[in-house]
Amino acid sequence: MSARLNFASSVLAALSGVAYGAPFQNALLPAGVQADHVHTLWLIMLGTCTVVFIALFTAFVAALWRAPRSTEETPPQTSRTTGTERGATRAVALGAALSIAGLLGLLVASVVTDRALAGLPLKDGLVIEVNGQQWWWQVTYAPGDPSRTFETANELHIPVGRPVLLKLQSPDVIHSFWVPNLAPKKDLIPGRTLTLTLRADTPGVYRGQCAEFCGYQHAKMAFLVIAEEPAQYEQWAQSQHDSAKEPADAVRKRGRQVFMESPCVMCHAIQGTRANARTGPDLTHVASRMTLAAGTLPNTRGHLAGWITNPQQVKPGANMPAVTLPADDLQALLTYLESLK
Amino acid sequence: MSAAGGGRLRLDIPRALVCCALTVALSACEREARRFDETAAKSVPAEPVRLSPLQPGGATPAPQMRNRAEDNAYAVSQGQRLFTAFNCVGCHAHGGGSIGPALMDDKWIYGQEPRNVYASIVQGRPNGMPSFSGKIPEAQVWQIVAYVRSMAGYLGSAAAPSRTDSMSAAGPEATRDPQPPRQTSTPQP
Repeated sequence: MSARLNFASSVLAALSGVAYGAPFQNALLPAGVQADHVHTLWLIMLGTCTVVFIALFTAFVAALWRAPRSTEETPPQTSRTTGTERGATRAVALGAALSIAGLLGLLVASVVTDRALAGLPLKDGLVIEVNGQQWWWQVTYAPGDPSRTFETANELHIPVGRPVLLKLQSPDVIHSFWVPNLAPKKDLIPGRTLTLTLRADTPGVYRGQCAEFCGYQHAKMAFLVIAEEPAQYEQWAQSQHDSAKEPADAVRKRGRQVFMESPCVMCHAIQGTRANARTGPDLTHVASRMTLAAGTLPNTRGHLAGWITNPQQVKPGANMPAVTLPADDLQALLTYLESLK
Repeated sequence: MSAAGGGRLRLDIPRALVCCALTVALSACEREARRFDETAAKSVPAEPVRLSPLQPGGATPAPQMRNRAEDNAYAVSQGQRLFTAFNCVGCHAHGGGSIGPALMDDKWIYGQEPRNVYASIVQGRPNGMPSFSGKIPEAQVWQIVAYVRSMAGYLGSAAAPSRTDSMSAAGPEATRDPQPPRQTSTPQP
């Protein structure tokens, strides 16, 4: 990639970045090898189309400029032309040839990009299962290995520099997994397992989003990918694998009791307790996550309280029902959930 | 305007009226409303359920009540989802029953009225049916009640699911004929 193209792309990235708030979601600033391939293809297409646009516009202006004009002396030419116009035939033939060559060039670039995407070496790859459902992401690490597996939601941590193989599934409707900074899109089709490979090369927090309309709260079906150093990742994976800590004081004990006695327990799991329903997100380490309700709310005590007591205000149609609790019980529950790091 | 055009215009008026009437009728249709903001109350039955048909001075009929969820296709499909999510299928299977009684036939130990089914879910019943009191928000219990009743064909075909989520020899709920209920054993209080 030339320096000039690089400059152009960073200007575009800066312009498009204005539209996005944090966290970061931008297809023009690739942070991994797969997104880099797609980005290069995009630049080739942008360059080709720019050249075509300028050439056509120049030809159009030149044609207007050179068209014969009538003056007071010369009356407008209204006679019909007969025979072939050699100039016009040449121009059309040249235009057609250039168009075919340009389209063929784009086709070749597209096929080469596709091969490059498929060619990511997966040796020592990390396997993660992603279940997209209305309207959140269930993430299972080390699927099929009971001694190492654990579950989280709406947040993927991946080690930098190591290939990741995502197994994408859906129990309800078609969704699409898209982290613009790291990889192209891939649909999640009910009844099938599709795979997406990616590798993050720059540490950072990247926002992802469902990219296939999937119902009422499609827009609020986001997630975060946190690419971190391998040592940091291992530490995170170990802490996520552990069961939830025993409540340390009376308030948290009460909070856990409230959890078990209320509708929470019908859908959510907390490893190490008797709550092990699998309909909603696993809450074993809910306090360690950055967002609530699939990237809808920042994970703070106040937002958590609002989400529990009136989720339909935040995300109408979500499968989380409103849970009415006495104030003391709610505070105890919040304190307990906040302790689940 | 020509005479032929005028004739066509006159013909169109009743058709337009029918279209308007249909639009009004369909927009007023309860089937598709999605009431997301129903606040969750504690799940307790509105009034006690009679466990005996005997009453001094002859039986007075129980007051009629209507389960709003039963007219609403979205509510019934939510009930269908919860029926699996809350593991009702663990004992009742998909209506055919296994270690719990079948729900798609004509036999009802504790009654088939919405109120009776609600009470069975919230209170629990002897010999295995757990009590879900306080564990399921009231609106969701009514959704499950609507779905349970749809399995025996008590719901109109407009609201009952027209596609089963599971293997079923009986076909989708919307196509089932109502099973005339009969009491098969004495309820145990």
